[in-house]
Amino acid sequence: MLEIKNLHVTVEGKEIVKGLDLIIVPGEVHAIMGPNGSGKSTLAYVMTGREGYEVTEGEVLYEGRDLLAMAPEERAAEGVFLAFQYPVEIPGVANTTFLKEAANAIRRHRGEPELDAMQFLKLMRRKVKELGIADDMLKRAVNVGFSGGEKKRNEMLQMAVLEPRLAVLDETDSGLDIDALKTVADGVNALRSPERSMLIITHYQRLLNYIVPDRVHVLAHGRIQRSGGKELAQELEQKGYAEFAPEAA
Amino acid sequence: MTGTSTQPFMEHFAALKADLPGRARPWLSDLREAGMRAFGSHGLPTTRSESWKYTNLRPLEKIAFRAAGRNTVSIDRLPSLLPAGAAEHRLVFVNGSYRSDLSSLGTLPDGVELVSLAMLLEHDPDRLAPYLEPNGHGPEQSLLALNTAMMSDGVLLSVPRGVTVRGPIELIFIGAALDQPLAYHPRNLILMGPDSQAVVVEHHVTLGDGPATLANTTTQVRLAEGALLHHYKMQAEGTEAFHLATAEVELDRDAHYDAFGMSLGARLSRNEVSVRLNGEGATCHLNGAYMMRGRQHCDNTTVIEHLVPKTSCKEVFKGVLDDKARAVFQGRIVVHPDAQHSDGHQLSKVMLLSDQAEIDAKPELEIYADDVKCSHGATAGDLDHDALFYLRSRGLPEARARSLLIEAFLTEAVEAIAAEDLCPAFLASIADWLKTE
Repeated sequence: MLEIKNLHVTVEGKEIVKGLDLIIVPGEVHAIMGPNGSGKSTLAYVMTGREGYEVTEGEVLYEGRDLLAMAPEERAAEGVFLAFQYPVEIPGVANTTFLKEAANAIRRHRGEPELDAMQFLKLMRRKVKELGIADDMLKRAVNVGFSGGEKKRNEMLQMAVLEPRLAVLDETDSGLDIDALKTVADGVNALRSPERSMLIITHYQRLLNYIVPDRVHVLAHGRIQRSGGKELAQELEQKGYAEFAPEAA
Repeated sequence: MTGTSTQPFMEHFAALKADLPGRARPWLSDLREAGMRAFGSHGLPTTRSESWKYTNLRPLEKIAFRAAGRNTVSIDRLPSLLPAGAAEHRLVFVNGSYRSDLSSLGTLPDGVELVSLAMLLEHDPDRLAPYLEPNGHGPEQSLLALNTAMMSDGVLLSVPRGVTVRGPIELIFIGAALDQPLAYHPRNLILMGPDSQAVVVEHHVTLGDGPATLANTTTQVRLAEGALLHHYKMQAEGTEAFHLATAEVELDRDAHYDAFGMSLGARLSRNEVSVRLNGEGATCHLNGAYMMRGRQHCDNTTVIEHLVPKTSCKEVFKGVLDDKARAVFQGRIVVHPDAQHSDGHQLSKVMLLSDQAEIDAKPELEIYADDVKCSHGATAGDLDHDALFYLRSRGLPEARARSLLIEAFLTEAVEAIAAEDLCPAFLASIADWLKTE
C-alpha cells in the first residue's frame, strides 16, 4: 500500500525529516507518535502534496506508484486522504457543495458516474446519521464558525464520503473532548477494512485506546526511532519521550 | 491645454445642437451652452485632479469618436438579466437612443411614467428643469457638463406617492459601433414620490468587440420621504468600450436607496456615485463587485454625505483582478456637523490573481460630528493558499478549486442584493466569467 524509503524533507531550508522508512500493508492501521517538532505533520503534508515541503532524498510509493509526482487532487482521487490537524475555513462555500464537488471529482477520476443531487442527498443523510452529525453542519460554510469538535467531525464526514484507501489522520485527537474523540474513533473504526490502511499521527496515546493500531512507531529527530505493537503506545504514555530527547552533539 | 481632448466633442455639439431635443426652449439651449463652455474650459478630467488621480482618460484622445444618433441597428437577441417572461417593463436603448421597436413597457400602475427622455425634452422640458441643472461646473464635473450639453435621450421613471411598481423595470443599453467609434451621452431621471417603491435593473452591453464606444451617462435619482428604490446594474460591455457613469442620488426622510453594481466589461469603466442623505432616517446600501482581466480598468468612486442626524450607509465592494487589470476604489463618507447618530460602514476587498494586477483603494472618512459610528476597511490579497490546498486535497482539480474560491469571495457581495430573485443572474455572470478564464 505505502512504502516510504529514506525520505528527507526540508522546510524553509531546514531539514525536518531525515531518512524516514515506513511500510504499511493493506488493512493495517499504523500509529506514528512523537514529541512536538519531530516531523509528524511534515510527513502528513508531504504525503498529500502541500507546497513548501521539499523532498531532497528518498521516495514514497503508493500502490507501487511514485506518490510525490502526483498533484494533490490526483493523490486524493487515487485514494489518499488527509484529516487535517487544523481544518481550513472556507467562507462562502457550503459544506454540501464542497462535499459533492469532491465526491464527484473523485468519481470522475475513477470513471464512475457522478452522483446527482438526489443520490448525493441520500448518501449524505446516511453518513450524517452514522456519524451523529447535526444536519445544519451541511448547510453552513465549510468549517466556518465550527467548534474544534465539529471541525474534526467534518473531517470524518469527508473521509466517510470519499472512502479513501489510505487515510492519514494528523493529530485528529488534539483539542477534542471525550465525546468528540469517540465520534472520531467510531468514524475511523467504521472504515477499517482489509483493503484500507490508515496512518494515525498523534502526540498522545489517548486516541489509541479507541483505535487500536497494528503497529506503533516513534518518530523523533526526523526518523523512526522505534517500532512495535500496540503495547509500545502504553509504554510511551508511562515513560514519555525523554529517551528520544536530542542527544548532545 | 485642453484642445485635443475637447475638440471632437465641441465639433459634435456644434454640428448637432440645432437638432438636440428641446432646442426651442431658450433656457435649455442656454443650459447646454453653459455645459459646453464648462467642458470646453476644463476638458476631460485628468489625473491632476484629486478624484481622477488613478484613472487616466488619455486613451480617449486617440480615438476619433463620432456622435451617435438615432439608429435602426438590428438587434437579434436582447441580452436580459431576468428569467424569460419576467421582464414586464423593458426599455431598450441603442447607442443612447430609445428604441420603441425593441421595448415593451407593459402595464404600469396609474400615474407611473416610464418614457424616453427625448420625448419629454422635446415636448415638455420645463417640468424637468429642476433636475437637469448640474450641481457644479468644476473640473471634476466636466463629464457631467458634457452630458448636459449633449444629452438627447435616456429614461424618465416617475413613480407617484404611495405607488409600488411590481416586477423589475429593465433598462437595456446596447452600444453598437458597427464601422466607426461612437460617443453618446444618456441622461436618466428616476423620481420616486413619497412612499413609492420600484426595482430598476440596468444592463449595459455592446455588440461584439467592434470599434470603440463611449457611453457618458448621467443618472439622477430623487427619493422623496419614505421612498424605496432597488437599483441594480450590470456592466458587461466589450473590451473596446469606455463606460463613464455618474449618478447623483438625493434622499429625503426615511427613504432607502439600495444599489448594487457589477462591472465585468469595458476597457475602461468608472462608476461615480454621489449620495446625499438629506432627511433623518434616510439609509443607503451601496454595494458592488467587479471582475477584470487583460488590461481592463475599473474605477468605483463614491461619495456619501450625511447631512442630517440618524442617517446611515453601508458600502461593500469586492473585486477580482487578473493579468494586468487595474481597479480603483475611492470611497468617501462625509458626516456633516449636524449629522449626529449617523452610521457609516465601508469595506473594500480585492483578490489579486496576478502579480501585475493593481488596486488603488482610497477610503476617506470625513467626520465633523462627534456622536457617530463609522468604520472602513480595505484589504487586498491573493487566493487563500491553505483553502486551495484543502480543496485540492479532497480531489478538486486546481482550476475548479480556484473558481470555487473566487466565486465564494464574490458571492458574498452579490448576496447583498435585496431583491433576491435578481441574485441568480448576477451570480451566473460570475460563473460565466470564470469559465472564460
